[in-house]
Amino acid sequence: MASDRIFGLVTLITAVAYIAAATQIQTNFFSGEYLPKLFPMMIGAVAAISSLVMIFKPDPEPEWPASKSWMNMGLAVIVLAFYAVLLKPMGFILPTAFAAGILSYQISPRTKPAFLAGIGLSIGLFVLFKFALGLGNIVAYRIPTPAKLWEAISILIPFVGH
Amino acid sequence: MDILSNLALGFSVALSPYTLMLAVCGCFLGTIIGALPGLGPSNGVAILIPITFTLGLDATSALVLMTSVYYGAMYGGRISSILLNIPGDEPALMTTLDGYPMAKQGRAGDALVLSGVASFVGALLATVGLMLLAPTLARVAFLFGPAEYFALYLLAFCTLGGMASNNQAKSAIAACIGLGIAMIGVDSSSGLPRLTGGNLHLYDGIDFLVAIVGLFAIAEVFFFIESHGKGSSIGVKLEKVRVPWADVWLTKWTMLRSSAVGFIAGILPGAGASLGSFLAYMTEKSIAGEKGKFGTGVPKGIAAPEAGNNAAAGGALVPMLTLGVPGSGTTAVLLALLMTLNITPGPTLFSDRPEVVWGLIASLLIANFVLLLMNVPMVKVFVKVLMVPAWILLPGVTMISFVGIFSLSGSYFDLLLMIAFGVLGYILRKLDIPTVPVILGILLGGNMEDALRRAMTLSDGDVMYLFSSPISTGLWIAAIAGFVAPMFLRNVLRKPQAVTD
Repeated sequence: MASDRIFGLVTLITAVAYIAAATQIQTNFFSGEYLPKLFPMMIGAVAAISSLVMIFKPDPEPEWPASKSWMNMGLAVIVLAFYAVLLKPMGFILPTAFAAGILSYQISPRTKPAFLAGIGLSIGLFVLFKFALGLGNIVAYRIPTPAKLWEAISILIPFVGH
Repeated sequence: MDILSNLALGFSVALSPYTLMLAVCGCFLGTIIGALPGLGPSNGVAILIPITFTLGLDATSALVLMTSVYYGAMYGGRISSILLNIPGDEPALMTTLDGYPMAKQGRAGDALVLSGVASFVGALLATVGLMLLAPTLARVAFLFGPAEYFALYLLAFCTLGGMASNNQAKSAIAACIGLGIAMIGVDSSSGLPRLTGGNLHLYDGIDFLVAIVGLFAIAEVFFFIESHGKGSSIGVKLEKVRVPWADVWLTKWTMLRSSAVGFIAGILPGAGASLGSFLAYMTEKSIAGEKGKFGTGVPKGIAAPEAGNNAAAGGALVPMLTLGVPGSGTTAVLLALLMTLNITPGPTLFSDRPEVVWGLIASLLIANFVLLLMNVPMVKVFVKVLMVPAWILLPGVTMISFVGIFSLSGSYFDLLLMIAFGVLGYILRKLDIPTVPVILGILLGGNMEDALRRAMTLSDGDVMYLFSSPISTGLWIAAIAGFVAPMFLRNVLRKPQAVTD
C-alpha cells in the first residue's frame, strides 16, 4: 500500500519535472519548433497518469527485507561504487579480489570461503579475460599516485567530484 | 523453392567448422546459464554481449553464438525447475508444477529426458515455422510506413503490459521509464542535447547494455544478498538416466499442440515465452480435464510447458527479425545485440543480408540437434553445475558484468550508472513492476519517436494520419484490446501457484 503510493508520488514528481524539462528543449530550424518536444511530453503525460493510478489503486505491500539486509545491500552498493572508480587506476586484480570477496561474504557470511572466492575469482577471471578472450583494456595492476587515487575516489563524493 | 536455396546458403555459412564450434560453445554455455537459478536467458545473454563485442566477432558469428546461448538457456531452464523446484528462468515456472512432483517420485531422470525431448520438438517446429513465416512477414512489412511502425511499437508495449504483468499502470510506468531514458542525449535532427541536465557524460545517451546488465544481473546480486543464497540445494536424487519411450509416445500430441500454441504466443510482439508455456500448460490441462491429474507429476504436464516455452522462443524471433520488434525480454536483448553489431532488423534484412538471416536459421536448426544430444545423454554434467554455490556464482557474475561494460567504454561513469540501474531493478521487482518494458523502452524509444516524427512531418502535423491506413487502425485496435482485455480476463487466467514442499 504505502510503498506503491510513495513510488507513485516519486514517479509523478519525476514525470512533471520531465514534462517541464521537455518544454525547455532547445530547437532549431532543422528540427522544427515542436517535434523534439512532442514525444518526451507524451511519455511524461502517460507516466503521470499511471502514477496517479498507482497512488489511488495501490497493490498490497511487498515483503521488504529487514533493516540488517538493507544495511548489507547499502554496503554492497558502496563496495561496487568503489570498485567502479578504482578499476582503472588500480588495475584488475586487487579491486576485484576485494569486491568479490566482500560480496561473497555478504551472500554467505563465512570468512575463509569468502576470502578464497575473492582471490580465486580475481585471478581466474583475469586469466580468462586476458589470455583466453584477449580483452585489451584490462591491466593486472597499477600503482596509482596519491593524487590519481584521490581523483578517482572524489568522483563518489557529491559536489566535489566531476 | 526459394526456401531450399536460401537454406542451402544458410548451411554453407553455418557449417563452417568455426561457426559450428561457436554454436556448440553457445549451446553449452546457454544450458548452464539457463540451469543456474538467478541467471536467466535475459541476463545471461546481456552479460555476454559486451564480451562478444570486444572479442571482435563478425556479425554472423556473434549472432550464431548468442542465439545458441538463447536456445540453450531455454533448454536449461527446466533443469533447476525439475530438480530444485526453482525455475531457472521465468518461462520455466510452469515446468515446476509437474516436473518437481515427478522428480520427488524418484523419476527425476525421466522428467529431465522427457522435458528435453519436448523442448526439442517445440524448438524444432518453431524454427521450421520461423523459416516459413518470416520471409512472408518480411514482404508484408514493406507496406509499413511510419504510422504503422508507431502503432506496432505501441502494440508491443501494450501486449507486454497487458499479458506479462499483474498491473497495467505499473507496466505503463515501466515503459515510460525506458522511453524517457531513451530520449536523453543529442537529438538526431537538431543536433542539440535533450534532457541531459548539462552532464557531458549523457550527451551520447545511455547505452542500453548498461541498463540491461544493471537491471538484470546487478539487481540479482541484491536479491541474493537479501536471501543469503538460501534455497539452492538439490532435494531430489538423480539416478540412472534412461529414455522413457512410453512417456514420449504418450505425449506426442501434447507436444505438437503445445508447440503450435507456444509458437503463436511467441509471435505476438511483447508476449513472449512465459505466455507460451503458460498457455500451452493451461490448454493441455483443460483438454485432459480432472482425470489428467495435472499438478501431480504427470508426463503431459511436463511436456506441454517445455514444448510451448521453446516454441515461443522460436516464434519470438519472427517479429524481432522481420519488424525489429522483439517478442520477449530475451529477444529484446538479442535486438540490442543486433543494434550493437550495426544490423538493422526489419524487412530489408532479408533482402540485403540474406547470409545473416539464413545463417542464423540454419545454425538454430543445428543448435537444436546439438542441444538434444547435450540435454539427454549429458544431462548429468549440467546437474553438477547446479552445485556451484551462490557465494561463488554471484560475485563471479558481477565481476564479469563489470569487466564487460568496462571493456565497452572504459569509463567509470557507465559502471556507476550500471550500479544505479541495479538498485532501480531491485526496487522495481520488489514493487512488482516488470523490468522488461524498461529495457524495451530504452531499445525502441529512439525508433518509436522517429516513426512518430516522420509521420507528423509527412502529414504536416495531422494526428489522424496515425490511424489512416487499415494496417495501422488494426494495430491500434489490437494494442488497446491487448492492454484492456487482460483486466477482465485476470480472474479466468490466474496463474497456478507453484507447489510447495
